Amino acid sequence: MRQHSISSIREGLLRKEFSAEELTREALEFAEKENPKTNAYLTFSAVRAIAAAEAVDRKIAAGEDPGPLAGVPVAVKDVIVTKGLRTTCGSKLLEHYIPPYDATAIKRLEAAGGVIIGKTNCDEFAMGSSNENSAFGPVRNPVALDRVPGGSSGGSAAAVAQGTAVVALGSDTGGSVRQPASFCGVVGVTPTYGRVSRYGLTAFASSLDHIGPFARSTGDAATLLAAIAGRDEMDATSAAAPVPNYVAALDGNVRGLKIGLPREYFSGLSAETGDRVHAAVEILKKLGCEARDISLPHTEYAIATYYIIATAEASANLARYDGVRYTTRSASTGTLTEMYRETRDEGFGAECKRRIMLGTYVLSAGYYDAYYLKGQKVRALIAKDYAEAFKQVDAIVAPVSPVPAFKLGEKVDDPVAMYLADIYTVTGDLAGIPCMSVPCGTTPDGLPVGLQILTRHFDETTMFRVADAYERAST
Amino acid sequence: MKITDQEVRRVAELASLALRDDEVEKMAEDLSNILTHIEKLNELDTSGVEPMAQVLFDAEETATLREDRERPSLTNEEALANAPVSGSGYFKVPRVIER
Repeated sequence: MRQHSISSIREGLLRKEFSAEELTREALEFAEKENPKTNAYLTFSAVRAIAAAEAVDRKIAAGEDPGPLAGVPVAVKDVIVTKGLRTTCGSKLLEHYIPPYDATAIKRLEAAGGVIIGKTNCDEFAMGSSNENSAFGPVRNPVALDRVPGGSSGGSAAAVAQGTAVVALGSDTGGSVRQPASFCGVVGVTPTYGRVSRYGLTAFASSLDHIGPFARSTGDAATLLAAIAGRDEMDATSAAAPVPNYVAALDGNVRGLKIGLPREYFSGLSAETGDRVHAAVEILKKLGCEARDISLPHTEYAIATYYIIATAEASANLARYDGVRYTTRSASTGTLTEMYRETRDEGFGAECKRRIMLGTYVLSAGYYDAYYLKGQKVRALIAKDYAEAFKQVDAIVAPVSPVPAFKLGEKVDDPVAMYLADIYTVTGDLAGIPCMSVPCGTTPDGLPVGLQILTRHFDETTMFRVADAYERAST
Repeated sequence: MKITDQEVRRVAELASLALRDDEVEKMAEDLSNILTHIEKLNELDTSGVEPMAQVLFDAEETATLREDRERPSLTNEEALANAPVSGSGYFKVPRVIER
């Protein structure tokens, strides 16, 4: 399973070297055997996976096109709902929640022949940068088991890195796909805001939430994104912009592309990470990219802005977990109000409570202008920084995280320090632009480092071209 | 920015969270630290800046409206399937009105 790519599976299926059902059984067995090492999966979906694989095999037998993701084992972050398949969001509140419908991304993934083998662990309601906020225990980084895989999509990143899935879906609100991808040494993509329907993605911060793919190569990530992207009438924020053929554009030629290096992203970077990112930039220059120093002057305000907007929206979105419709309910007896309060106190973990509290505070009477409105204004300035930069360059190249994967427990008691480490990823979400992490080597300790590539709205193609050309040149 | 225990309790009530006493103290400390960092935004003069209320929306305001037609939705049974307590086709909650 570790060697497989989307195209190798397709070839194997069409040449009848194996059937989708055989591959799926092998994937399930391998994933279940490996899982105790990392705790990447919360639920396996054998019945659904075998049914999906059989459908692929029937299509192949009938001479029909089995779809761009035919027979590919996919892991799905447990914040994306799957009909009839438990979806916990990493929360005790939803420990027994069985969704009555499929997310649009799930429907499209399966329509393309993808085989969902399981649901992956994550920080509770996607809130965290280390996967230590899951009610079902942390995920361990398969590269170094004493370290975090990053978060919040830590389980999806670990599954792809471990080779138990070929590709995976995660969600990114402030870096939750790119940062774990960089920590685990895989590709992680946050597409343009609105590129992928969020229907069925459990809402955290609606103006920032994205669904995005993980893969072991840029080509596979691009194939998965193309399969799930595009307008969906179930999500009013999904964009009508046509989805180009990303993979067809990957020819390895980036000569003449202008890449910007934001100076604010290269100060405060650990030396071990900085060295790898600079080396990657040198490779891109050798490939003919023209590098320019640029400035994104409002970067230092991004964390403050992000933690106002994200928590304000979260405080509203998480109000629905009240012990009435789909969560567990506190056993304590009392009035309706007491039931709500006790259910939420018992059910939410510390990080969710902190964010609900901060979000409620910044929206509360007398504080709205000072915090939420101010945050929205600074967000406009951050987005404008990017718009100005993209007048000079075609892509921006930067680190993903100031540090590589840290040890489990190392930062868990200092929420502000944990938040500050999101500095290079929250900006892309705030601006709504496409951004991704592609592996760019390891530190002297063997820990993976990610190179971040950001481009203009809806220009995932240029982002993928840069990442793919770098991959070809560096391997 | 220092948040008092009393403010934490007021916000917890707004957020429908029954924080325990030991949680209140830690929350006051954490929120104070985060809000102190957030004060950084006051360095910026944002008068004249339009707040970014939409991420991407160049189209007409009605561009995403769909045709208003009847379509299947969840059945009563499906809607209640995950409820911790239900009965007679309804969600059940603690009594609100005394008879």
